[in-house]
Amino acid sequence: MSKEKKSYQATVYVRLKEGVLDPQGTTIKRALGDMGYNGVEEIRSGKFFEVSFLSANRKEALKLVNEISDKLLANPVIEDFKVEI
Amino acid sequence: MKFGVVILPGSNCDYDAYQIIKTIMKEEVGFLWHQDKDLNGCDCVILPGGFSYGDYLRTGAIARFAPIMQEIFNFAEKGGLVIGICNGFQILLEAGLLPGAMLRNSSLRFVCKWVHIKVEQENTPFTNNCQRFQVLKIPVAHTDGNYFISEEGLKKLKENNQIVFHYCSPQGEIDPVYNPNGALENIAGICNLKRNVLGMMPHPERVGEKILGSEDGKHIFSSIVNFVKGKAN
Repeated sequence: MSKEKKSYQATVYVRLKEGVLDPQGTTIKRALGDMGYNGVEEIRSGKFFEVSFLSANRKEALKLVNEISDKLLANPVIEDFKVEI
Repeated sequence: MKFGVVILPGSNCDYDAYQIIKTIMKEEVGFLWHQDKDLNGCDCVILPGGFSYGDYLRTGAIARFAPIMQEIFNFAEKGGLVIGICNGFQILLEAGLLPGAMLRNSSLRFVCKWVHIKVEQENTPFTNNCQRFQVLKIPVAHTDGNYFISEEGLKKLKENNQIVFHYCSPQGEIDPVYNPNGALENIAGICNLKRNVLGMMPHPERVGEKILGSEDGKHIFSSIVNFVKGKAN
């Protein structure tokens, strides 16, 4: 087994939790109505981050990205996050 | 007594806070740099308003990891007084020193105007010089002041009398009409369980002189002085 670290790329999706008001989404939905798109029931906004880093293996990589997402990229009081590697 | 005003990259109400304490309250005050690892013997730390770290990611999210914050955690843990105003309040929420979080204003706009707030708790180090239900005229200036907390969290805030200020009419009526940002139940300021940490969106440091339209900000700072000098509990 090689101890060399490999390069990983992760994508972190951050979105407001269910039930948390999303003023940006609400405003975008209203604008869509003004544009004639009346069938839009709901818009929820969010953001995503691309994280590139070195790690020993996939498990370690996942652990690291989950940690930084929980500590900094998302605020667990109002947001959920999803990590893809 | 001695106040310490924290300067973070992007703080812009630091000198206002310094000014009111030095020239109006006539108390000792110094600045604390974000890289500092010492509070220089302050009795009260002020996290001022502004746009620390450009409000990147979320308001207060990056500031929460500034080196000075570790000292502020220790200080607050030992009962030291910490007041966060506007961006300072946002930082205290991100840091977990106060419960809840800030969302974008319901209008999505930067709101800069006079508001009235009702003092719901006069038994805190920050409001002991106010009457219960006194109405203060103080301005707000922010984009993210839409206070949010879970249902259980709100219940706890109420049970423990941690809601210190509500947005209200000049007569003290609490109604959504007087809510500048969509904050849950018109909440304008809260304290922690131990009552030594306060966060508020309005800017008391901007209103210490009649010529500025109100002197009501002095009530907050004189309360802190009273408390530290042992004139109030």
